[in-house]
Amino acid sequence: MMKKIYFREWGLESRNYWMLLAVLAAVAGIGGLAALYMEHHGHWVTGMSNQIVWGTPHVFAIFLIVAASGALNVASIGSVFNKTIYKPLAPLSALLAIALLLGGLLVLVLDLGRPDRLIVAMTTYNFKSIFAWNIILYNGFFVIVGFYLWTVMDRKMKCYYKPAGVTAFIWRLVLTTGTGSIFGFLVARQGFDAAIMAPWFIVMSFGFGLAIYMLVLMDVFKRDQRPLGDAIMKKLKGLLAVFVAANLMFMVTFHLTNLYGTENHAFEAFILLNGGIYTAMFWIGQVLIGGLLPLAILFHPTLSLSRGWLTAAAVMVVVGGWMTIYVIVIGGQAFPMALFPSKTILESGFYDGVNGMASSYTPSVPEVLLGLGGVAVALVVTVIGIRMLKILPLSLADEVADPHAGI
Amino acid sequence: MKNTQDTNQKRRQFLQKGAAVTAIAVAPGVMLHTAAKAKPVGEAVTDAVRWGMLVDAAKCADGCDACVQACNEENGLNLLQKPHDAEDEMWDQQIPKWIRNVKVKDNLTGHVTSLPMMCQHCEHPPCVDVCPTTASFRRADGIVMVDRHLCIGCRYCMMACPYKARSFVHEVVEHKLTRTPRGKGCVESCNFCVHRLDNGQTTTACQDACAKDGHNAITFGDLNNPDSEVSKALKEQSSTQIRADLKLNTGVRYRGV
Repeated sequence: MMKKIYFREWGLESRNYWMLLAVLAAVAGIGGLAALYMEHHGHWVTGMSNQIVWGTPHVFAIFLIVAASGALNVASIGSVFNKTIYKPLAPLSALLAIALLLGGLLVLVLDLGRPDRLIVAMTTYNFKSIFAWNIILYNGFFVIVGFYLWTVMDRKMKCYYKPAGVTAFIWRLVLTTGTGSIFGFLVARQGFDAAIMAPWFIVMSFGFGLAIYMLVLMDVFKRDQRPLGDAIMKKLKGLLAVFVAANLMFMVTFHLTNLYGTENHAFEAFILLNGGIYTAMFWIGQVLIGGLLPLAILFHPTLSLSRGWLTAAAVMVVVGGWMTIYVIVIGGQAFPMALFPSKTILESGFYDGVNGMASSYTPSVPEVLLGLGGVAVALVVTVIGIRMLKILPLSLADEVADPHAGI
Repeated sequence: MKNTQDTNQKRRQFLQKGAAVTAIAVAPGVMLHTAAKAKPVGEAVTDAVRWGMLVDAAKCADGCDACVQACNEENGLNLLQKPHDAEDEMWDQQIPKWIRNVKVKDNLTGHVTSLPMMCQHCEHPPCVDVCPTTASFRRADGIVMVDRHLCIGCRYCMMACPYKARSFVHEVVEHKLTRTPRGKGCVESCNFCVHRLDNGQTTTACQDACAKDGHNAITFGDLNNPDSEVSKALKEQSSTQIRADLKLNTGVRYRGV
């Protein structure tokens, strides 16, 4: 028989709580100042150009948005698939999903050429644009996940719990499909134009979101000295391993599919062999740090039992995931577009890949600070959320969590 | 007998009235359609005209940048000043360019061609498809351009354009021309010198400059008018679309590429 689970506000000592909040708010504030600086001067102060039009802020924004939908999965496993052991994890899952999406969208909006025209984006839609649909999907995500969180936390709303959970799950799948399709629909660029982008982004979201969830869960429980049993962690660990492996499989499929067509060989050579920083980030970041190393830890019989190694594996999934997005978004732009198939561009007044040369991009400090600011905003929202609301279970010790229930 | 006559009379009256109503209803449409071909200033554009261009790369002189200079002056791009701290090479990658010279070599034959590249004014423009706010739009007369009041500067159109024809305004704009307003944070591209066309002119700055230098590589006009110079030139000899495989039905065609 499963013990009753009590949810309580995060009980971190007041001084420590405010210190933590102050540090996060400072990072968020610096990110805000960086955005103001770029907005005031214009994008010439960044590393972005007419060749690399989406830079580091987009990498952070897309990573956070993708991770947001993934963070909700823990809740969905409980609410949609009735796995009882995951149910106490749901409130943090929903809160984290909202927080990450907010952080990501802030970065995205503040990197617009005209962030002051956000109201235009909210009121004037081109329904043929996947971007326009995403604006609706992102806004809807806040509403639906917010409502779902309410049904999880309020007994009186219990009757809406299941439909809200199912709607949130479907919505998050559609949302990540939309995010992946931003790239999948770009027919002219060889690095993007692929239908696999949509499901691949969903698989990536599973991994990135769960890794962030595990890191936050372990950290906030440890700081508040709440028990977190191995039963839960074993489940999450196994799940993370599956997601990381699936991500690798999609990555291999994407590149193998490209390699099948001769027209894409130059692009594949750029990413896999001679693309400089992008090749390095692909093999070291995407494959090793984001894939093979965490897999080795997660499947290791003894290392995977250590919280320290689990943390390392989750951090690797996050860092490798960020690099994956970097390779896809910036590497895909750096590779010259095939303006004239079967011809070599000898000279160009607009850097059109002269002699096949890739476009150059060096991230500027303000871009990185804006991205980190978005991460900080996500964490500020999470920290305030768990402090003010009964999000966290008092205990997730093995005898409370009951690993055998509902499996 | 009387009844039959009455009935015939009524039928006749009905047909007369019907014909009159139809004439009143249809006439303005016919009249307006005729008028639209010679659009007065200030009247909405229609699809009676499709502006287009033919670039004869064989006539495009190597090393000549008359079209680029003319475009820069016509559209105030030469008024943009490099910020003090900006590095030359980086700035060159960030400054808007509506038209540029490209020199290409055929990988098999080694044949080298010079040509100007700009917005190809597609019938099915990917930039218009992806724009979330409808800022990127195609006019009825085939000109693809950006509504600077709706552009939020997301740059998705720049990602989608197969011709890399679009530029982002990376800097504060201090000097600009009334005919080409621009501001920091928006995207822009060649608009076939739309201010000229809307004021009754029928040539673009690049075309004029090319002709002035004696090359005559650029022919511009109404693709819908079989008697226009551009239509005749396109009909006489074969031409190509760049990235024809994308089936965008571009308004800019090339010869000798």
